[in-house]
Amino acid sequence: MAALTPVELHYHVNKLLSQYVECIDDDRLEEWPDFFVEDCLYQVVSRENADRGLPTAAMYCDSRGMLADRVVALRHANIYARHYYRHILSNVDVKGVQDGAIVVHSNYLVLQTLVEGDTKVFSAGKYLDRIVSTADGLRFARRVVVFDTYRIPNLLVTPL
Amino acid sequence: MNAIRDPALGHLAWPAAGGSRVPFGVFTDPAVYELEQQRLFRGESWSFVALEAEIPNSGDYKTTFVGDSPVVISRAEDGSLHAYVNRCAHRGAAICRELRGNVQNHLCVYHQWAYDLKGNLIGVPFRRGLNGQGGMPADFDMKQHGLQKLRVQALAGLVFATFSESVEPLEDYLGPMPRQAIERIMSRPIKVLGDQRQFVAGNWKLYAENTRDPYHASLLHLFHCTFGLYRSSQKGVSVMDAKHRHSMLTAMRGTDDGKLEDYQDTRTYNADFVLSDPSLLAGRQEFDDGVTLVILAVFPNLVVQQISNTLAVRQIIPRGVDKFELVWTQFGYADDDADMDLIRNKQGNLIGPAGLVSMEDGEAVEIVHRSIIRDQDKSSYIAMGGEQAKDAQHLVTEGSIIGFWEYYREIMGWAA
Repeated sequence: MAALTPVELHYHVNKLLSQYVECIDDDRLEEWPDFFVEDCLYQVVSRENADRGLPTAAMYCDSRGMLADRVVALRHANIYARHYYRHILSNVDVKGVQDGAIVVHSNYLVLQTLVEGDTKVFSAGKYLDRIVSTADGLRFARRVVVFDTYRIPNLLVTPL
Repeated sequence: MNAIRDPALGHLAWPAAGGSRVPFGVFTDPAVYELEQQRLFRGESWSFVALEAEIPNSGDYKTTFVGDSPVVISRAEDGSLHAYVNRCAHRGAAICRELRGNVQNHLCVYHQWAYDLKGNLIGVPFRRGLNGQGGMPADFDMKQHGLQKLRVQALAGLVFATFSESVEPLEDYLGPMPRQAIERIMSRPIKVLGDQRQFVAGNWKLYAENTRDPYHASLLHLFHCTFGLYRSSQKGVSVMDAKHRHSMLTAMRGTDDGKLEDYQDTRTYNADFVLSDPSLLAGRQEFDDGVTLVILAVFPNLVVQQISNTLAVRQIIPRGVDKFELVWTQFGYADDDADMDLIRNKQGNLIGPAGLVSMEDGEAVEIVHRSIIRDQDKSSYIAMGGEQAKDAQHLVTEGSIIGFWEYYREIMGWAA
């Protein structure tokens, strides 16, 4: 990682971020936990709470096992309308390296399409990431999703 | 039996007395919605509006709703609580445009009319005119032009407001059962952990039914059933206040182990479903009575919940006949240690719009609402546990839903 030039680092980070959203948008959610290290933190928190420094999160997973449980739950336990996501990523900014992790901020827009076929903006927000280099490549040690769209339309089941 | 009609709603009839047959038009008719705002939300009821812990200091305020009327809840310099319609007495602009904040007084941005924290008008720019020109009429009396005030009262840290001059005091409106249930959860100082907001495309009363329904909880929610967070086979009760407007269901985890044969063929019991990380469900027993789940529904707009170690109030805000907003305010106790903070964070996965045991309720409301838009004279059929509004020392009942409808008919003037 240290040997990479800033341009190379930006390339590899972008690749990770793109593969992450493609995995979700293509509904390969069983692979989604693999983007994280084992003792990761994945937190989906509203901007309303984040701005106040309050902990209430829509999703709070502090292990890869909890991420896998979310996927098993949405496949087998939870009841919701079938839908697709389309993530639009932008403003990927590699802030630098801190305590061995690459700090990256980026914006997202998630469009949701229901079975009726209409597409709506489901969620807008930003990713606050700490990415580490592992034997398997870059992985998220920490991914905090701060969503602006804090009045959630009906329910949130597919990860952002 | 003759159909029961309201003069204002002559086109819509209840097929029978009582609350076990509900005509679908009650959920879809805009005229019903308008009458509810008048007779119910602005009538003889107390609406939940805030936790005291949300507005602890002088000048703190929160904007929210009573029914669909925008209101401000404010704490004045002397510590007293106040509620007023969020609308300038001058030309009707919103006084407070943020969800919450702290101010010395409220200033309308349109023409800078100023109000104190109790809602009294204290300043009008150019009141005496400029250079001898303009100005308000000589008999203009600021005392006559304050914000429209509501009565406000708090109980055990929960704040309620009402437009009614005549509704009974809050303690009597709640009655002993809800009061004790609230005092049990609010037994020591709390800290607010945050809010979650959920927008559901359905009538608000479908959610009122849902939260009075111990029958659905283990059949709709696999997480509840499989992990024993709630099952109808557990020890629990479904009880109401004397007027049947409020209800509480409770359950005790671990009281039906080894007695699950009735669930073997249901979609929502799956013994093969195990968690890779069971820490999600690790917690602490917080209440000596052994009750691990409480859903207290307070008429018309509040749910107080304890599901394992998650504590929350849910405020129902009607947003039209076919949509409502649900605001979950989650809290813990002020003296929670770091381990308890983590337990509440993790169990937070269970509740709210992304909640593993609660997300389905929004979906249940929407699939009902989508299917009842025609045949408004047809009705639902509510009979589990008998067709009466009865308390039950078990959880195989819809008695509290029937109680809700009986009281709804009464307050709407739609009595049998």
